[in-house]
Amino acid sequence: MLKYIIKRLLMLIPVLIGVSIIVFVIMRVFSPDPAPIVLGQHATVEMANAWREVNGLNAPLHIQYFNFIKGVITGDLGHSYYTKTPVLEEIFARFPATIELAVSSILFASLFGIIIGAISAVKKNSVFDSAGMVTALIGVSMPIFWLGIILIIIFSGTLHILPSGGRADPLLQPATVTGFFLIDSLLTGNLQSFADTLVHLILPSCALGMYSMAIIARMTRSSMLETLEQDYIRTARAKGVTEGRVIRRHALRNALIPIVTVIGLQFGSLLGGAVLTETVFSWPGIGAYTVNCILKSDFPVVQGVVMLVAITFVIINLIVDVIYAFLDPRIKYSKKEA
Amino acid sequence: MENNTDNISAIQTTEVLEKPESQLREMWASLISNKGAVAGLIIIAILTFVAIFGKWLMPYDPNYSDMAISFQPPSTAHWFGTDQLGRDIFSRIIDGTHISLTVGLSAVAISLTIGTILGAVAGYRGGKTDAVIMRFMDMMLAIPSILLAIAFMAALGKGIDKAVIAIGLVSIPEYARIVRGCILSVKENDYVQAAKVVGNKDVRIVFKHIVPNILSSIVVRATLGISTAVLDTSALGFLGLGVQPPFAEWGDMLGRARGFIFSAPHTLVFPGIAITITVLAFNLLGDGLRDALDPKSRKI
Repeated sequence: MLKYIIKRLLMLIPVLIGVSIIVFVIMRVFSPDPAPIVLGQHATVEMANAWREVNGLNAPLHIQYFNFIKGVITGDLGHSYYTKTPVLEEIFARFPATIELAVSSILFASLFGIIIGAISAVKKNSVFDSAGMVTALIGVSMPIFWLGIILIIIFSGTLHILPSGGRADPLLQPATVTGFFLIDSLLTGNLQSFADTLVHLILPSCALGMYSMAIIARMTRSSMLETLEQDYIRTARAKGVTEGRVIRRHALRNALIPIVTVIGLQFGSLLGGAVLTETVFSWPGIGAYTVNCILKSDFPVVQGVVMLVAITFVIINLIVDVIYAFLDPRIKYSKKEA
Repeated sequence: MENNTDNISAIQTTEVLEKPESQLREMWASLISNKGAVAGLIIIAILTFVAIFGKWLMPYDPNYSDMAISFQPPSTAHWFGTDQLGRDIFSRIIDGTHISLTVGLSAVAISLTIGTILGAVAGYRGGKTDAVIMRFMDMMLAIPSILLAIAFMAALGKGIDKAVIAIGLVSIPEYARIVRGCILSVKENDYVQAAKVVGNKDVRIVFKHIVPNILSSIVVRATLGISTAVLDTSALGFLGLGVQPPFAEWGDMLGRARGFIFSAPHTLVFPGIAITITVLAFNLLGDGLRDALDPKSRKI
């Protein structure tokens, strides 16, 4: 297993080189020149040229790329053109907010997706099955940002029971330890802040997680229906195992393998969906910030974020593959690879 | 075990060799017996009608602004109310139909064409060509598609044609993967080998013999791809990057009305419903097509 994980981590290198080239080409070759945006419209040609020289943008492209890669290896991703803050600092100030939102969304999506899918499969063709699948179909058809808007209109604008945006009440914000508010508030023993963070997470997590929930529910249903027809389920029933145990221990556990794949893939796509959810809910994460940086041609930040997202995406896929091995003892990566 | 595999490939070959017309007829019969797919088809027919004849269906000029009647709630005069500039939302939603459908279809046409060619070449040639193409696709997939589309829009500039290209480009890997997978599964079939033996050129074998046999999988993906493209268009519009005014694009309408979420929520409700219904219709049709083409999934 360890050999497999190391091999997969080594495969990360060519993917990252490729991703860096794609981002580099899009940003440096095709994107608008950042100089006039940074210096303002009154900047002279000489000023713009001098600024480009200082930021290394006048060098030939391959030299620019080489410098960028050298920065990645030494951990220096450069400074934002606008705030002059180091890129890593900019990213790590916002990344926890996005990860906290994505994790709570995938938890929401997995929990409700598996429950709805499993009940729909067990009670196939019932009212619950139809209602569950119609909900799932609508869930994959709604734009994330619109669902967010509708949730705000209902729960904040009309019922006034949930906040419409932000990560926490400014007065209740926990002291920064890890950047994850839920963890920080627990570490500092601030339960009021923990509750406040949770309340702020509800609407954005529902909006961001709805699409994934729908996909997971559909996958769980079809995977469960397939497993419920297997011989070992009939054997278990014949042996007198209670129906609840047959479903939980025998059917759901075996049906989980494809479901885990879907959850993993969805987690990756949530990072993209976060761009829209963060915009709707004024969430101070990396998504909405990156959009701004792309539009302002803040090259160093965009390159850094995309590399980070690509690393996260590949690592999530690796974690999914490792979870497989635990769920399905038939899969033995180390043997297969040897 | 070996026998078993032989049997399976024999069955696959006979399935593939079935006459295309009878296969099509069977598919159609299965499709129209599926309630969801029929509903999807009807909605798409209505949307197409609205997109083509919308001009005559609009009660008002979609771009006519009258600040005296801004933010009117829905009424008999303005069914969906008026927006921040006093324009009739119902007329603007009708006007937006052809934009969403055009962008959706054109974007899918781009990704389908390039994706099919790349996937076909990778799957058929195998070896290094396959490795290079597919690794490149993997790299594109490692960047969230919306971020990639935004980067393309930043590079290309705003506008309807640029949105089509950006959305089309980011979906290429999905099609390439599907086509490559299908080609790998039919490449070793007897009829492909036979075509090779009689001296057909590779391009002819791929596009005359292989692609028609995997067309069904491509059609299903493309139908579902339209719904993704419509969602992506609206997302770009919402962020202010997609189709620009005076075009009434649904996502753009939502983006511009966002500041009035509490004062005039009606401006945000209807464009979203229009997007959802359109996406839903293509999802229903796509699911129906998949069930019709794959009898195994129909059972489930």
